Amino acid sequence: MAILELENVHSYYGHIHALKGVSLIVEEGEIVTLIGANGAGKSTTLKTISGLLRPREGHIRLNGEDLSAYKAHDIVSKGVVQVPEGRRVFGRLTVTENLEMGAYTRSNASETAQAVERVFHLFPRLKERHNQLAGTLSGGEQQMLATGRALMAYPKVLLLDEPSMGLAPVLVDSIFDTIKQLHREGTTILLVEQNARMALQIADRGYVLQTGQVVLNDSAQNLRQNETVQKAYLGIS
Amino acid sequence: MLRRTLERFTLTDLFMWLVGGSIILLVVVGSVATLRAGNYTARHWFDFVVFGIAQGSVYALIALGYTLVYGILRMINFAHSEVFMSGAFTGYFIANSMSRSGFLDRNPIIGLLAIFAVAITTSVTVAVLLERIAYRPLRRSPRLVPLITAIGASFFLQYTFRGLYGSQNRAYPEVDALDGAWSLGGEFVIQKIQVLVIVAAALFMFGLYMFVQRTRTGKAMRAVSEDKDTAALMGIDVDAIIVRTFILGAALAGAAGVLYALMFRQVNFFMGFIPGIKAFTAAVLGGIGNIPGAMLGGLFLGLFESVGPTLFLDGLGIPAPYQLKDVIAFTMLVLVLIYRPTGILGERLATAKA
Ligand SMILES: Nc1ncnc2c1ncn2[C@@H]1O[C@H](COP(=O)(O)OP(=O)(O)OP(=O)(O)O)[C@@H](O)[C@H]1O
Ligand SMILES: [Mg+2]
Repeated sequence: MAILELENVHSYYGHIHALKGVSLIVEEGEIVTLIGANGAGKSTTLKTISGLLRPREGHIRLNGEDLSAYKAHDIVSKGVVQVPEGRRVFGRLTVTENLEMGAYTRSNASETAQAVERVFHLFPRLKERHNQLAGTLSGGEQQMLATGRALMAYPKVLLLDEPSMGLAPVLVDSIFDTIKQLHREGTTILLVEQNARMALQIADRGYVLQTGQVVLNDSAQNLRQNETVQKAYLGIS
Repeated sequence: MLRRTLERFTLTDLFMWLVGGSIILLVVVGSVATLRAGNYTARHWFDFVVFGIAQGSVYALIALGYTLVYGILRMINFAHSEVFMSGAFTGYFIANSMSRSGFLDRNPIIGLLAIFAVAITTSVTVAVLLERIAYRPLRRSPRLVPLITAIGASFFLQYTFRGLYGSQNRAYPEVDALDGAWSLGGEFVIQKIQVLVIVAAALFMFGLYMFVQRTRTGKAMRAVSEDKDTAALMGIDVDAIIVRTFILGAALAGAAGVLYALMFRQVNFFMGFIPGIKAFTAAVLGGIGNIPGAMLGGLFLGLFESVGPTLFLDGLGIPAPYQLKDVIAFTMLVLVLIYRPTGILGERLATAKA
């Protein structure tokens, strides 16, 4: 059984039909990437999985259990955690407080402290800035914080929405290294990326989304060879 | 550079500067004249200041309720004045019965704690029902809708309490232990009741501040006030945090209700209106959504209202200046809104939005 499964999911923003029957599967331990042009519905897919949007039709299952009855915060306690697009750190909370919010579903203080140490180990830069307001961090530091904050909950499935957006190449590499490391530690990852080249390099499989529908679905290797993908997303003509 | 500044300087600007300038002039001339005339001694001014701080502390406690809810929902809870009234009014009945049986004078501390407990419980209950029934279903409506609902809820509560408890003024019982004054040496004395009000309000505010800064719920409240969706993605139950915010604001309002009633010794179903508007003014003065701002705004307004009329107006030969205290309070609000629209400490909110 797949750890995460979307079956014919339809989502709306008011009257705007943003997802038109998306089906996808993520197996335990995989990195699956979701690529597509701006406005294709990638973020909408993640928001629907996280429960910020209710699918009007279709099913989302975690280990076979239907998630539609759960609210966003319950889905987090079930182990599905999202790093939203654009970082969205809490600017008026300190770095440490942001991390504590990531551990909100576990109220145990010593566990939280341990998780904070793990994140500081992963991102030493955050440790140096632990008392600083998150709003005053640089873009790259905010991305580290957003990622670290999601790790505080020890997710089973990590949803990443464009983790490399707006970062310098060196930082992009280090974020991707982090993703690989988390994957090695057993985290299942669903990765949304504009940087399709990098995404297809680390992913096992990929889905291509176009105006709210899955138009391609294959192994990452095959997608890299695919002519349409090369033209539209890898800039190869 | 100068030319561009001049070009942008419109007739309205000129008018506003003239208004502001003449008010400042009036204040300065009035204050100098009052002090010159010397009709008031140091003791008078001391009394004005202490009364101002006491009254301002109560405004600050109520103002925190407006600011907490605004911070988290970007909504003005106009029914908050009735949350205050419901606690004060209900507290009256237990105060009255304890006073009659003599319990309140024999055990003033237990008695006062019981009054606080009843008032706070009532205010919290009213606020939680208000949130659940009147506001939560409208969470995603345009902003004007919950605002109108709040005004409606305010009337609903006023007339419910009028129906329950009647429309007459009730005299709040005296507590022997709080009667009289302490001498501070020389001509200075301080009313015991004012000391209680100031100390209690300071404790409540300190408690609130620590709660919001230090506890897990307090941090989650700050996170929710910044970004609800992301807070939910962190596993924070946003609705539960909103309810707790209403509870905190209401608890402070209930406490303020008891302090207000002890100080002014009167309760009725309409008693929330004026302090409510004043506290709202204080919240806006301090920068709505800002917790230290609400505390500062409350104290500031209380002091201004207490010291201002005599200081500014007496020297100008205006009779019975104290009756103009509301005029002073609202003139100050208008001035602050014109020259500093975000309030005294409001810049953090303004930059955060940008
Ligand atoms: N809050 C919203 N209200 C209304 N429409 C929205 C909202 N958010 C997204 N949409 C619309 O839904 C569609 C899918 O948007 P989505 O954000 O999922 O795209 P995306 O694939 O993540 O794009 P990008 O790569 O630019 O982040 C778009 O047409 C967008 O205009
Ligand atoms: Mg997106």
